[in-house]
Amino acid sequence: MSFYLSIREVWRNRGRFVLFSLVIALITILVLFVAALGNGLANANRQFIDKLDADLIVLQENVDLNLTSSRITQDKLEDIKSIAGVAEAGLLAFSSATLVFDNGLETLDVSIIGVTPGELGNPSLLEGNPLNNSSANEIIIDNKVADNIGLQVGDQVSLRSIQGEDESFFDLTIAGITDERQFFFASSVIMSLTTWNEVRPQASPAPQSGDVLGNMVAVKLADGVDQSIIEGRLINTIEKIEVADKITVIEAQPGYGPQQATVNAQKGFAYLIGVLVVGGFFQIQTLQKVPQLGMLKAIGTDNRTVGAAALMQIIIVTIIGILIGGIGVFLLYLGIPDSVPLSFNVPTVLTAIGSLLLIGPIGGLVSIRIALKVEPLTAIGLSS
Amino acid sequence: MTTALEITKVSKIYGKGDNAVKAVDQVSLDVKAGEFIALVGPSGSGKTSLLAMLAALLSPSEGSIFIDNSDLRKMAEKERTRFRREKIGFTFQANNLVPYLTALENVSLMLKLNNVGNKESIQKAEQILVRLGLEDRLSSFPRQLSGGQKQRVAIARALVHNPSLVLADEPTASLDTDRAYQVVKTFSDLIHEQGRAGIMVTHDLRMTKHVDKIVQMVDGKIVNIISNQIEIEALSANDSFGMPIQIPQNTSSQLNIPLAPPPTVSTPARV
Repeated sequence: MSFYLSIREVWRNRGRFVLFSLVIALITILVLFVAALGNGLANANRQFIDKLDADLIVLQENVDLNLTSSRITQDKLEDIKSIAGVAEAGLLAFSSATLVFDNGLETLDVSIIGVTPGELGNPSLLEGNPLNNSSANEIIIDNKVADNIGLQVGDQVSLRSIQGEDESFFDLTIAGITDERQFFFASSVIMSLTTWNEVRPQASPAPQSGDVLGNMVAVKLADGVDQSIIEGRLINTIEKIEVADKITVIEAQPGYGPQQATVNAQKGFAYLIGVLVVGGFFQIQTLQKVPQLGMLKAIGTDNRTVGAAALMQIIIVTIIGILIGGIGVFLLYLGIPDSVPLSFNVPTVLTAIGSLLLIGPIGGLVSIRIALKVEPLTAIGLSS
Repeated sequence: MTTALEITKVSKIYGKGDNAVKAVDQVSLDVKAGEFIALVGPSGSGKTSLLAMLAALLSPSEGSIFIDNSDLRKMAEKERTRFRREKIGFTFQANNLVPYLTALENVSLMLKLNNVGNKESIQKAEQILVRLGLEDRLSSFPRQLSGGQKQRVAIARALVHNPSLVLADEPTASLDTDRAYQVVKTFSDLIHEQGRAGIMVTHDLRMTKHVDKIVQMVDGKIVNIISNQIEIEALSANDSFGMPIQIPQNTSSQLNIPLAPPPTVSTPARV
């Protein structure tokens, strides 16, 4: 009976309900875009670290886990490797430079990441070969860059960096292509530490002598060992280091926390607006229907039927709104340039849709309560 | 005829202590199956409160109400809702119909609420609507119906589930005179035809032409019951909208009710 009443009311007032569904659709678009933006911004910041096959990150002490401030030597790497329970470790170094193309394409700022060929930190490849020679000017690029620019394995690219007061250009060969790994809002170009040390922006173009300094060491633990025990062992054995897991390191990067907090606040406000809008609409509608609800109760419709009909109506309208909003998001997404860091993934979208499905009933709670409280006496103009 | 409704010394008091107001005062009345009664009286006479108690919408403060031998006092809220659904038919002054349901659906709704199957509900609803001359309005929504047609749909809904008691709260209040007569006549015919007990609350004596009894209430009490058909015809022929029934001198002046020629009405509190 509830379904019979709610579906007929929605269908026969479809103009009004579709209009309201459109409001929910707009809220859905806002929520999904903000969620995707949050996800995209997070990815742009952390994707490379996220995809590292590492359990722990070792950084220099007293740098507040800031990756760019931290300096780690080759000696420390060897010390880390010697700790019982550490299966693999690799030194990584980060900087930024610009890819320059001679076919008229715009230059592209990239994160250049130095790794030791064959050690932890080298990415898995979609095609091509891994870095295997420290001195060769080979790079691995991510597939987003490859697809956007039209680069293939074996192609040569020119990398520009500032060394001293001059721009230096380096010809690098693409050895392999990996999946998307953004880092600090730029696509990654991965190379050997030796090449990295040569091409990175620096105060003097003169070749650097001695060991290359990295920014962090990625550590993979042996199977079955307790992470906290190894953490303790590392800190107690090796001087002037700090150890944390990947999530802690990511969240400690400057700007990451405030950025995500801002996005989450926007998302929260969008939900709140949703709850208030849904609540307001259904409340007004229920108040308009008080005489009708009184009549229905006077002729013997029980409260359960009235309440369930009100709830179903809210759910139907919310679902229609979310469906329209979902289609809208898809169509808009097709037209949004790649430069906007939107990232839709299944958990993010499902969480947003689940939350949106809840805002209808939550927003409509007051109206359902009003519907339940209507007295059948109102049908004859009385009240208890 | 069997007694469908038995009201014994029913009172309804609103509020407590110094603020207490006695809306219905020691009313007793029997209504038989197939009997159609008009409950008349000025505003504040207690007729709507009495109607609400008969509809199991309000509990009496005192006394008892039996409908089809079921004691309303002993029913819990849920039971009373079910009782209203099964045993009572109701038409109201306004907001009678569900606006988003067609005439046919509005009538069949009553049967669906009583768990009658969809096909049977539609069939029965159609039959009664055709009987009421609405065969070409079955698919019309309330907004597409005239006032009289709406009331006829409401009457159909009030009777379609074979209730023991049919209640009508000012069913002609929003209709012009001709339509109002038609509606009351239809109501009366169906109640007599189907052997239901019917009570109509009205302030317009012209609408009592087709009833079997006129019950007059003043200050919460039944002060007159007229069952003589000649008297009923005479009263209903009066064109005044007042209450042209003689009432006790001590209350008439206070209520400013116009006096009519002396009635030949006995005044038992219970019939």
